[in-house]
This record gives sequence, structure tokens and C-alpha cells, in this order.
Amino acid sequence: MKNKKNIGDKVLFSGNEALAQGAFEAGVRVASGYPGTPSTEILENLSTYEGIYTEWAPNEKVALEVALGASFAGARALATMKHVGLNVAADPLFTAAYTGVKGGLVIVTADDPEMHSSQNEQDNRNYAYAAKVPMLEPSDATEAKEFLKIAYRISEEFDTPVLLRTTTRVAHVKGIVTIGETESSKATLGIEKMPEKFVMLPAHARKRRGELEKRMGRLREFAETFPENRIAWADKTRGFITSGVSYLYVKEAFPEASVLKLGMAYPFPDRLIRDFAAQVQELIIVEELDPFIENHVKALGISCKGKELIPASGELNSHILRKSITGESVRELFAPVPIPMRPPNLCAGCPHRGIFHAISKLKVFVAGDIGCYTLAALKPLSSMDSCVCMGASIGTAFGMEKALGKESLGKIVAVIGDSTFMHSGITGLIDVVYNRGFSTVIILDNRTTGMTGHQPNPSTGVTLGGDLSGGIDIEALCRAIGVKHVTTVNPHDHEEAGKILKQEIERPEPSVIITKAPCALLPEMKKRKDKNIHRVIEANCTGCRSCLRIGCPAIEWVPLTPEEAKQSGYKETQKGHSYINAVMCDGCGQCAPLCKFKAIVAADQDNGNKNG
Amino acid sequence: MDKVMNLFLCGVGGQGILLASEVISSACIHSGFDVKQSEVHGMAQRGGSVISHIRFGEKVYSPLIEPGDADLVVSFELLEALRYLPYMNSNTRVIVNTQKILPAPVATGMDTYPADVLDQLKQRKLSVFPIDAFDIARSIGETRAVNMVLVGALSVFLPIQENIFMQVIEKRIPEKIRKVNIDAFLKGKETVRGMRTDS
Ligand code: SF4
Ligand code: SF4
Repeated sequence: MKNKKNIGDKVLFSGNEALAQGAFEAGVRVASGYPGTPSTEILENLSTYEGIYTEWAPNEKVALEVALGASFAGARALATMKHVGLNVAADPLFTAAYTGVKGGLVIVTADDPEMHSSQNEQDNRNYAYAAKVPMLEPSDATEAKEFLKIAYRISEEFDTPVLLRTTTRVAHVKGIVTIGETESSKATLGIEKMPEKFVMLPAHARKRRGELEKRMGRLREFAETFPENRIAWADKTRGFITSGVSYLYVKEAFPEASVLKLGMAYPFPDRLIRDFAAQVQELIIVEELDPFIENHVKALGISCKGKELIPASGELNSHILRKSITGESVRELFAPVPIPMRPPNLCAGCPHRGIFHAISKLKVFVAGDIGCYTLAALKPLSSMDSCVCMGASIGTAFGMEKALGKESLGKIVAVIGDSTFMHSGITGLIDVVYNRGFSTVIILDNRTTGMTGHQPNPSTGVTLGGDLSGGIDIEALCRAIGVKHVTTVNPHDHEEAGKILKQEIERPEPSVIITKAPCALLPEMKKRKDKNIHRVIEANCTGCRSCLRIGCPAIEWVPLTPEEAKQSGYKETQKGHSYINAVMCDGCGQCAPLCKFKAIVAADQDNGNKNG
Repeated sequence: MDKVMNLFLCGVGGQGILLASEVISSACIHSGFDVKQSEVHGMAQRGGSVISHIRFGEKVYSPLIEPGDADLVVSFELLEALRYLPYMNSNTRVIVNTQKILPAPVATGMDTYPADVLDQLKQRKLSVFPIDAFDIARSIGETRAVNMVLVGALSVFLPIQENIFMQVIEKRIPEKIRKVNIDAFLKGKETVRGMRTDS
């Protein structure tokens, strides 16, 4: 086991690493999830522990179903996902609240206030309320580990799935964690038939609905004395109620104030809240995103301040708090200076770049999806026109086509990655075939889940643990659904890809183009010896900038003044020339055909000049 | 040390900022401090701007440094130092790697790289320690050790002993590249120590 640590060791863990350790200490046996920032590292770390089955599921709904099944068999089980993933898993979640569990079941939802790497900002505490399940909310890595263990005890004691919510500043913040003892479930492993509990046909479900209410009542009582709902009394002129990472911002900004910290975000300890409120002069609720605690406190008839002072979107920090509450800006800051932006970009050698360059020439509407390739929406490729959620590209394109009718033939394409297609793209494609569409779907198969850091997926043929498995053949799959026209192309070859693209989007029938080439960052791609590094023959470069339009990070524009141009043997009017950074070039060869003047060549084809 | 110390690291995805942060934070733990370190993953790894907050002291609450509160800034790339000016104050020490990595709008000729980054910092009376970490790393024979050069440079200002850094590097860095990383650390330290005039 790579993760051999001794009890009592103090280690520096991110919240996600701490959750993996917590799952290990809690005796989790089965864990499933779908990668998504900021949740990904939980399973990646957990997979390095021995004796725990871990897997990437094709999507979060499946992940939760797998975990629920494991729980039915008496094992402690974990499902992990980012906030938007819980939308996908919401279906089994709401009913799992009815069935309850056998072995403890915890679902980690990692929210992303500020949208560092997400398409929306949603507050998943609302799911706890809506699905009627308890939720714990740690504020740092130390608590993340402890709270996960507590969550399993609660799950088994109250016969309920438990949600554990982190946010980016818990998931990715490193802090000191002490390695603890391991424990195990009190449930016995084995198959036990309990149809009244596990088969949610209406007659059973109605009974369980009653159970659910009773359970919530017991949980509310539990919340009153739950030690992680705790008051730290200090100066009583100002009292705060807070949870999660917001607690740390409160402590930083107002160390002298009294604080009620809710370790359990739902349900609420009403008596504790009333007691606290009664003893402080001014009550302020500090929470990121929605007024979740605030609305409840107000519903109790307690007057307090919250969102009228504190922003309801984005992350908080101690500076924002102090400013919102006292009105004072801490000090005069250096003003920001206007400098060039540094947006993220598709990597040098990325196979997606070629295909988007080819698509951009067709001037079609590009219904996009979630993955590295979403970056193609940015300049200079500017070739994505919509992006909603995982798997939405195909349905979006198809919907547009149905709205516009024959008019739209040849004017719309859907693009989707291999992992995203496996996640939830396939059902969209089934709809296209079944309902007689003519959509053109481009599956960008880079053999991995690139954006989140190269997790394998069902089409990769490798499991999370690194074992070989029967990888799904995307081409055969599409044909099996009933797509008659499936073509696989090499995206690095713009010309060929462009030709096929043109032909397929004009086709009045469903078609799929699979662009297949490995992600440039895969270890085998980075290590390959035969990289065909390219260079610019400066004398041939006319400064037309054609090669810059694909936005490869290895290609740079060197501006020239008229004098410099003259000195370098160019026309005085030439404003610059391009240059390929040999250290960055990945040798994909996409740029060479773009230059009409033959200024870009493979370095080793350049008459022995190999130094670039 | 009763005050929490705030270290702000910034640079470009792929420069090894996260490993550098880990080494510094581990050294802080081993010196008996409470530590919080925060960075953001995700899009930043595709050549975007990356930042890491490290806070250590007796007891640390917030994982985030407040604007204007950085005690030390290490900019792994020249231009990035300017981007994070609002985190600095007139007492902030700024270690700047003079290496340039062109942002996409500059590389494609749509924007220009500012010519006077160091002057702009100095005009604001910041103590600036420019260091060509890329060149130092190259001279040692491992251009990827830029991050350790900068950790060494930073170590000059930290209440942490050199042998603690050595232990951490020993533990964290694979044997094959350990020696170059240690050399990089020492070279970075020596370079900045030579510039220091305030103690
Ligand atoms: S990680 Fe892979 S897929 Fe993503 S931009 Fe880089 S090369 Fe392309
Ligand atoms: S060959 Fe051209 S497009 Fe490909 S990585 Fe090198 S410079 Fe970029």
C-alpha cells in the first residue's frame, strides 16, 4: 500500500486527501464517482489504499447506484462528485432517502463557489433540504476526515444516506491531519431480502415516507447536542452563525466575537440557535452562496442580518467579511495595472486544436460540451457556440435542428469528448436516431478524461486501479445504436478531417465522426522519442499570421520595428514573424500545412539544421 | 513568531508551483507551525495563471491571504508579479523569476508584454529580488528545477532551518532527480542571500 501511515502521524493533506484517509479509517469497502473539480482527488487517493474497491463510473447517477447497492449488501460505501454531478445523481438520491441503508452510505458533493472550474455556482445544501437527508459541512482538512467518519456513524444509526459538502477551499486546501484508528460498520455483509425497505413501489414508499419524517425528527433532536454544532462564547455584542469554510473567515476577521459553528448544515438545532440568538446583541449569519441558514433562522422568528450585508455569489474571504460588516476597507491597496490576460489554452500538440480549426472554417453553429475542448470557445479558435452541462451537446444540436427543420441541414454540429459521451452523451444520440434527425456528432476521442487530469473512462480500456478492461468501442457502439455513418479520422490531419466534416454535415441522416488521437499530456505521448518538432524558416515567413490562428502555445509572434525588419532582410512593412518555441512544441505537425509560404517545417527535414 | 506569515506564490500552469508549495508547507509543519495552503486546480493547468496561498504560524484560520497582506511574494514568471500587486504592501518582499512565458494574447500578437515589470515594482517601493531561476536551473542541468531554485531563494526569508528543507526534499522528491533539486535549492538560496542588504 502506497499510503502506509502510522496512527498518530501528522501529515499535510488537502481536504480531498483527508477524505480518502477518512474513508479508509471509516472502513469503506466500495467507492464510486465521476471525476469533477474539486472532487476528483478523493477517489484518486482512495484507490491507492488496499482493501477498498474504487472505480470511476460513467456518471454520478451510476456512481451513487453502485454505492447504494454496496450499502444494501451491508458494506460502508462512498460516492463522490462535484456539485453539478449531484444534479445527475439526484434521481437515486431522493429515493435512497426512502430506502435508507444497511451499511453506511455517504455522498460527497464538492461545491465550487466562484466557479473556478465549473459552469454554474450552486449551493448543494439545498439538496439536503429537498431530499430530506442530513448534511455535514467540514471547514478544513482536519474536519473533513473526522466528519466523514461521523457521517458513517450517523448513516447507520439513523438508517439514512448522508451528504457531506465541501467547497473548493476545503477540498483543495492543505492543512495538518492526524492519522487515526480504523473502525468498521456494525452492519453484517451479506444478501438480505427486505422488499418493504428496498422496493419502492407506492405501497412500500408511502410507509417509508412516514419513516422518513420520524427520522428527520430524531435527527433534529440529535443536532441539538451534536458536538460539532458548537458555540464558542466570547464578546456578546456581535454573534455569528456560520458553517463550512465561512467559519474560518469569521474567526480570522472577528476573533473577539461569539460564534455558533454548525458542523451539521442540515437539519438545524433550533433550540441551540434560539439560545445563541437570545444572548447576543447583534446576530449575523455568514455563509457562502445561498441564505440557507439565514432563511431558517428568520423562519424561526429570530431577527438577524445576512445577505443584505454579505455577498450571495462567489467565495467569501476574511477581507470581504470585514468590509461587508464594518464598512471599513482594511487599507489602501496597490491598484491593479493593466497587463495581458493569461487565459487557459489547449496544450501544444492537443488533438482537439486541429478539428476545431477545421470546424471554424465551416462557419456552423457548434453545440459544445464539458471538457478541455470547451477552451475552443476562446480566441483565436472561437469555435464553440453553446455549452450547458455534461452530455448536453447532442440534445442541444438536435433540438435546434428540430426547431429549424431542413433549413438547418449543414449548419449545426455537436461536439463531445469520449468521457462525456460515455457519461451521458449516448442517450442524446439515441434520441437523434430514434426521432429521425440528421445531426452530425463529432466525438473527440483523446483516449482519456483530459480536463480533470487524465482519468480513464469506459472507452479507455483501463480501470481506476490501472487494470486492463474491455474498453468500449465507440465506433461499434454508435453503429449498434443505429447510426449508419460512422467515420474515424485523425484530427491532426486538418485537410482530411475538413473534407469528411463537410461531407457528413451535409448528409440528411445522423452521422458520427470520431476524431481519434491521444491527449498530448498522456505520459506515453510526452515520453515518445520520435516527436516531430517543427520550426519556422524565418526567411520564408511573410508575417501573414495564418499559423497563429490555431493558437498553439508553442507558436509565438515576434514583432518587428521597420528598422529591425529591414535589418533582418524583410520588407520594411513587415510587422513581425512567427517563431516556434522548440521546448514547447509537441511535434503534432498541425501548423505546417497552414503556412502557404512553406515557412514551417519539421526541424529534422530542414537540411540538417536540427537545433531549431 | 506571534503573527501569521503570508506567502503568496504565483506563476503559470506547469511551472511546478504546487510541488514548491507542498515542500514549503511541509517544512513549516516540521518546524512546528500550523499551516494552511490553498491553490486552485482545474482550468489553470492549461497554461493559465496559477496562485498558491501559504499561511503559517501558531494558529491559522483562513486559508486565504487578504489583499494587501502578503509578507512574501514569489513570482515564478516575470509578468505574473504585476498581476498580483493588490496582494502586496510596501513592506512585501518580492522574489521574481525573470523568465518570461508569453500569455496567449501576446504569443498571437494581439497584446504586448510589458517592458518594465521590475521598474514598475520598484516604483512602488517594494523590495524586489530578481533572479533568473530558469538560467540557474539550466546551468545545473535540469530546467524543470526552476521551482526548487525559487524555494531556495524564498527560504532566505523564512524562520525555517535549511536541514528541514533538506529532509522534506529528501522525502518528497524521487531519488533520480533529488541531487539536482538540492543543488537548485542551494543555488537559489545563495543567489538571493547575496542580494540581501536588510539584515
Ligand atoms: S490536456 Fe490533452 S485534451 Fe486537454 S488540452 Fe491538453 S492535450 Fe488537449
Ligand atoms: S507542430 Fe506546430 S502546432 Fe504542433 S505543437 Fe509544434 S508548433 Fe504547435
